[in-house]
Amino acid sequence: MRIEVDRDRCCGSGNCVLAAPEVFDQDEADGLVLLLRAAPPPEAVDRVRRAADVCPAGAIRLT
Amino acid sequence: MTATAATDLPLWPPTNPDHGPFALLDEAERGRLAGPVTRVRLATGSTAWLVTRHADVRQLLRHPGLSANFEKPGFPLLRPLPPQSEVDRQGGFIRMDGDEHTRLRRMLTAEFMIKNVRRIEPLIQRTVDESLDDLQAAGPPADLVEAFALPVPSMVICHLLGVPYADHAFFQARSRTLLDRTAPVDRVRTEVRELRDYLRELIVARQTGADASTDLISRLVRDRVATGQLSVDELVGMALLLLVAGHETTANMIGLSTLLLLREPGRLDALRENPDRAPALVEELLRYLSVVRTGLPRLALEDIEIGGRLIRAGEGVIAVLSLANRDPEVFGAADEFDPYQQAHQHLAFGFGVHQCIGQPLARAELRIALVELARRFPGLRTTATPEQVSTRDTSVVFGLNSLPVTW
Repeated sequence: MRIEVDRDRCCGSGNCVLAAPEVFDQDEADGLVLLLRAAPPPEAVDRVRRAADVCPAGAIRLT
Repeated sequence: MTATAATDLPLWPPTNPDHGPFALLDEAERGRLAGPVTRVRLATGSTAWLVTRHADVRQLLRHPGLSANFEKPGFPLLRPLPPQSEVDRQGGFIRMDGDEHTRLRRMLTAEFMIKNVRRIEPLIQRTVDESLDDLQAAGPPADLVEAFALPVPSMVICHLLGVPYADHAFFQARSRTLLDRTAPVDRVRTEVRELRDYLRELIVARQTGADASTDLISRLVRDRVATGQLSVDELVGMALLLLVAGHETTANMIGLSTLLLLREPGRLDALRENPDRAPALVEELLRYLSVVRTGLPRLALEDIEIGGRLIRAGEGVIAVLSLANRDPEVFGAADEFDPYQQAHQHLAFGFGVHQCIGQPLARAELRIALVELARRFPGLRTTATPEQVSTRDTSVVFGLNSLPVTW
């Protein structure tokens, strides 16, 4: 799984951080999504899918 | 399309308040609004499409072809819009679209991000502790809404914004008018102006003094207004939005949640014994109680297909978060409150780019308030029978008028 995030779309809701904190964070400067790793560890894959699902802005793309 | 007289359409929101605080609709209303996409009439005389399924509400609120701008012709208003001047609409980004919305919202996203709210948690904890100290000192009986549910989020948002809590009676009364769908438009206009004037004075005072305060208004004055990125009137509108949204919604969630936990023996005990489960409980409370019950109105700017229906450009749509949060396809026995429900996909904070910016703050306030209440008041019970509980049926944010308790 590869993760891409779109900071232009991001609305800073933080749902991705709640779902998978080892993969997503928020930028101190603007609160927008920070991708900590583009390839999630196997145990986080389900939660990354959930993060993409609950992102209100559709700013997380999984391939 | 068959022509149907607007008067034959079901009314949204429905007006029967007799089903209590936890049922969203009565049987007859359920039949009329079965959907999944139903044409309804609104109290303002216009019509709209009511969207109630979880998947449809998500699709709708993420769609770029919808406008949140109340002033666009054809917008499905749930109540008449007071006439507004150019100044009145400044800064209210909840009603803006596209870049205009993004520009203002992004000035606040860092403020409410999760790690920043974690830094604020000691303030929330202190506020909760002090309110409960006062409640304990005053002794039973008490109105839990007045003594706890309302003051806690109100004090927290005042502290964060830099608004004196001593003025709470002034802004709480006006917030209530602003959210009341049945308030006369002239009164709404007057009270919104009073709130804006009040906030403008606070802001102007900070522009003139050598202000080193660290509250949000002071920082926005220094970092955004002084640098020419934001006008005073825009900051007034943003502060107004945060002040109103920051206490009304969470206050109603605390009141309703307490009642729900008290209704079933053992729920409060379970929370006291397992405070680690509080975050999951909070999500289920948000799902089940969904305080923005009348939904989010939007205007279609282009033809959009939702739930097998073609919604045409210029038509109004209402995304009913509360009904989507009771969608059995997603939540199973959705009309049952289940503390073990995995409710993380609920839509209580909305969806799309307007989703509640303060949600980490709301979650933290609700969790800390309920955990401490359960811990310190093990014998808490309500003295009101279900029929005696008075609800705020005409408010945009549903809640209890009061919650009589003893312990």
